Amino acid sequence: MDKKISVPDQKVAWRWIFLMAWRDARKSKSRLFLFISSIIIGIAALVAINSFSDNLQSDINSQANELLGADLELASNDSTFKYPVIEAMDHVVSYENSFASMIFFPKNQESRLVDVRALEGAFPYYGKIETEPISAEASFRDGKRKALVDQSVMVQYNVEVGDSIRIGRVMFKIEGSLISSPSQSIGATLVAPAVYIPMDYLDDTELIQKGSRVYYRRFYKFLDPPNDFDIDEQIRTDSDSLRAAKISSETIRERKEDTGDTFEDLADFLNLVAFVALLLGCVGVASAVHIYIKEKIRLVAILRCLGASGRDAFYIYLTQIGLLGLIGSILGAIAGTFIQTVLPKIFSDFLPVDVTIALSWTSILGGILTGFFVSILFALSPLISVRRASPLITLRGIQEGGKLKLDRVQWLIYGCIFLFVIGFAFIQIGSLGDSLVFTLFIGLAFGFLALIAKISMWLVKRFFPDSWSYVWRQSLANLHRPNNQTLVLISSIGLGTALITTLYFIQTLLINEVEITTNNDRPNLMIFDIQSHQVNEINDLALERGLPILQSVPIVTMRLSSVNGITYKQALEDTSINLRGGMFRREWRVTYRDSLIDSEELASGTLTIPEGNSEEYKDYSKDAVLVSLEDDYVKRNNLELMDTLVWDVQGVPITTILGSTREIDWQRVQTNFLALFPTGVLEQAPQFHVLITRVKSTEEGALFQREIVKDYPNVSVIDVGLILNTLDDILDKIAFVIRFMALFSIITGLLVLISSVILSKFQRIKESVLLRTMGGSRQQILSINSLEYFFLGSLASLSGILLAMLGSWGLAYYSFDSTFVPNILPIVAVYLIITGLTIVIGLLNSRGIISKPPLEVLRNEIQ
Amino acid sequence: MSNILEVSNLTKTYSSGTKSLTVLSDISFSIQSGDKLSIVGSSGSGKTTLLGLCAGLDRATSGSVILNGISLDNLNEDERAYVRNQHVGFVFQNFQLLPTLTALENIMVPMELRREKGIKKRALELLDRVGLAERHDHYPTQLSGGEQQRISIARAFSNNPQILFADEPTGNLDEETSEKIEHLLFDLNRESGTTLVLVTHDLDLARKTDRIIRLKGGMVQQASDEMVAENG
Repeated sequence: MDKKISVPDQKVAWRWIFLMAWRDARKSKSRLFLFISSIIIGIAALVAINSFSDNLQSDINSQANELLGADLELASNDSTFKYPVIEAMDHVVSYENSFASMIFFPKNQESRLVDVRALEGAFPYYGKIETEPISAEASFRDGKRKALVDQSVMVQYNVEVGDSIRIGRVMFKIEGSLISSPSQSIGATLVAPAVYIPMDYLDDTELIQKGSRVYYRRFYKFLDPPNDFDIDEQIRTDSDSLRAAKISSETIRERKEDTGDTFEDLADFLNLVAFVALLLGCVGVASAVHIYIKEKIRLVAILRCLGASGRDAFYIYLTQIGLLGLIGSILGAIAGTFIQTVLPKIFSDFLPVDVTIALSWTSILGGILTGFFVSILFALSPLISVRRASPLITLRGIQEGGKLKLDRVQWLIYGCIFLFVIGFAFIQIGSLGDSLVFTLFIGLAFGFLALIAKISMWLVKRFFPDSWSYVWRQSLANLHRPNNQTLVLISSIGLGTALITTLYFIQTLLINEVEITTNNDRPNLMIFDIQSHQVNEINDLALERGLPILQSVPIVTMRLSSVNGITYKQALEDTSINLRGGMFRREWRVTYRDSLIDSEELASGTLTIPEGNSEEYKDYSKDAVLVSLEDDYVKRNNLELMDTLVWDVQGVPITTILGSTREIDWQRVQTNFLALFPTGVLEQAPQFHVLITRVKSTEEGALFQREIVKDYPNVSVIDVGLILNTLDDILDKIAFVIRFMALFSIITGLLVLISSVILSKFQRIKESVLLRTMGGSRQQILSINSLEYFFLGSLASLSGILLAMLGSWGLAYYSFDSTFVPNILPIVAVYLIITGLTIVIGLLNSRGIISKPPLEVLRNEIQ
Repeated sequence: MSNILEVSNLTKTYSSGTKSLTVLSDISFSIQSGDKLSIVGSSGSGKTTLLGLCAGLDRATSGSVILNGISLDNLNEDERAYVRNQHVGFVFQNFQLLPTLTALENIMVPMELRREKGIKKRALELLDRVGLAERHDHYPTQLSGGEQQRISIARAFSNNPQILFADEPTGNLDEETSEKIEHLLFDLNRESGTTLVLVTHDLDLARKTDRIIRLKGGMVQQASDEMVAENG
């Protein structure tokens, strides 16, 4: 008699599932803590960075007027410029005339190129000029000869508040050091740091003469503007007339957008760091759950024996992992919220606004949800095996039928992980293409590491050294025997090593790039603003001092009026014209000579009209002026050889033909020019000259500068070494930020390492105890374990380093247009640290097995 | 009396690549409700495999198993789990307690799976019956082998199974403890009227059952009632 059985379609007994999840978790606290810690660090990084970015964005919005310091900034090279619409409005205005000049420090007889800013009025109207002491901002305006000097200059030249500086003919007392002011960027302060003086004394300096390059700025604050008045709209309406009058303008909204754009790169970098930290956390989750579930299979088999369905067993562990993921995410969000309070301090040197520390609920909730989601997603793949745990394990002790094949659910999970990585990268980076490339790289990296693991196992198996001693054979065999951790450890430790090492390589690459330009035989002193009548005298002075004249170059400023008869206005109005506006707007600094210098190479065309019957030039007279532009610039701006370019050379139109294009190596410290004129055209145009030389020491440079500044106050000197020192300082700060952020990745990577190694110990306990029972000495077991971790650590770190080298080479070649030359010392250091850590953590974990009696270990550890 | 377990022409073959190994061949027997049956044989004779198939822990290559009138042959794993939970109890050689659960919780699990009410009281009664009431909150690692097996027996009886499968229940215990466990197992079996299928290579233990099936090389060598007669 055969009864039909029908399993009642019962709802999931969630109460019991939760109860079992809790019962099981309470005895696995230490192991689950490792799982949870990966989530905590990953989410902490994410929440900290996203909160910081959120706050930064909202502060840029709310403090936008302080970024500009006024409602409107107008600027021109002409002191008499006018914008009647604004002048007619009720307003207050401040004036700032700025120009590059050398200042002299009587205290130590040194001089330095700075950006002198003569200020009149109460600017800034919003925010403040930050000074040390704070009172200096107000007291420097008390009508006396007082100056505010950039703090980096004060440090470099060892001058203090109260000391004097001489600008032109006037001696000023240093009232305070200048920390920051609206409209001051790092880039600008690099070459010529700012020095503020009162406008009243500008004429007395006698530095402003006819032809001096002065930038006239006006800062407006509108008093009771009409309700419907929109300054941005007004500027848009008047854009043509402003351009015609060569007046540039900036409003609060424009400044806000520009600042936002600038900090998008920073935000991208931070987001990438958060993404990498979280991804490492995910690797931690997957490897922790993978090993955890392996241990739980016997327990699941017992439950299955007692009548639990595969679904019940799966839900127990899913609930456990989900709840722990949620707890980890909440703890991570709390930690992240605390960490974000440190970030504004870390980034303070680069931030345009004071970043407030506020709870960003979007980031916190987003972080918690992400943490919960990734815990489950990355745990699913190992968890899914619970469904298929056979109850027969209770009788046989092993899963029969060997390795299970991937089923559809497993593929579905992998698909979801792939989509998640792309989706999350998209949210963080904001570009689908970049996200795809990034995901592809991560996938390739994993594939590469898995391949290394498989090949290593195969090689050990294939070429097993039978003649080696037992300890070596046993530890090597552990790499490929059942329950080995080779694949998991090489993937997780390898990826962590690869990410962190790549970060280090790229940082070193960027710093090396800068150092190459400071090479000993490169030019390091640039003298410019030399008037035509001073050229010979200054050249002679340099030669007398034994300094080589590496370059002596005339420079003429001009604007481009038309291309093939098309003016800027026509190009703007007619959308069918494929010309970019930038080339009409820029002020071109042009030189003239008949040959190329060593940083240039002819890409196409010819510098002079060829002799004889040239087909191309048959319609042109011999006197036609051929100019040469940079090859890339020509391509970017849709220009072509033989185009007719008309230039406005300070009021005089000059018609030229684009005769050639050149490739230019811009990285050399020397004068390079987008546009090159032939000789015989510009000699009579107003111009200044640049002299480039090389000094052997700082002292020699300082002495030469002092002499020039004394005799030729209009001339400016750039000490490249000094700029590079400042650049070094900035790079140091950037490097610190990168290292600090990389710390997240390092800590998560370490946690992955620790959890992987700790969890792997449970795979080896039984046999270690058996070996001890059979009389294996403490030393032998210690050696076997150390060697196994040595092999694993070495394989993982070397694979990671190899991956990092490939990645860095790719980045150097494709992104930084540079050559990656790996430095052996850091590679050895990374290898030793990672391998050493693997061994140390592994051994610390095995300590218990070695020091306690075997039976006690079996009872306590085997569950 | 009706048959609680009917096994007909049962064969189990394991395949590995091109090779195959038959561990059970054409086994047939039946057992009536309330009977006690032993399966004996040397190591590798297929007795544990037979127990696994009878209890629905594994699928046969051919033949059929009908347990309490239900054919296990075409059930999927979850359906077989349901049958085990409703009708079957297990006692294993290596106890197979859930290590993360206390003694009391281990006993409660089968009843929890049946979604019964008032299970704590019954679990405590069973704990008391096996003499371990005061150890209710101890974890398996805190108990001796004999104590673990007593918990395992209490768990096996917690869902009032119609049939109890015991795989070498005293195989991991010393003589004195074994004797106590045997008594407990047979006493509880008698009290609850459960059918008992015992896998052992201990002939003394086997002789305490009503019937013995002797396996050799995966085949029934002797299904003996004589021994039952010897026994009593």
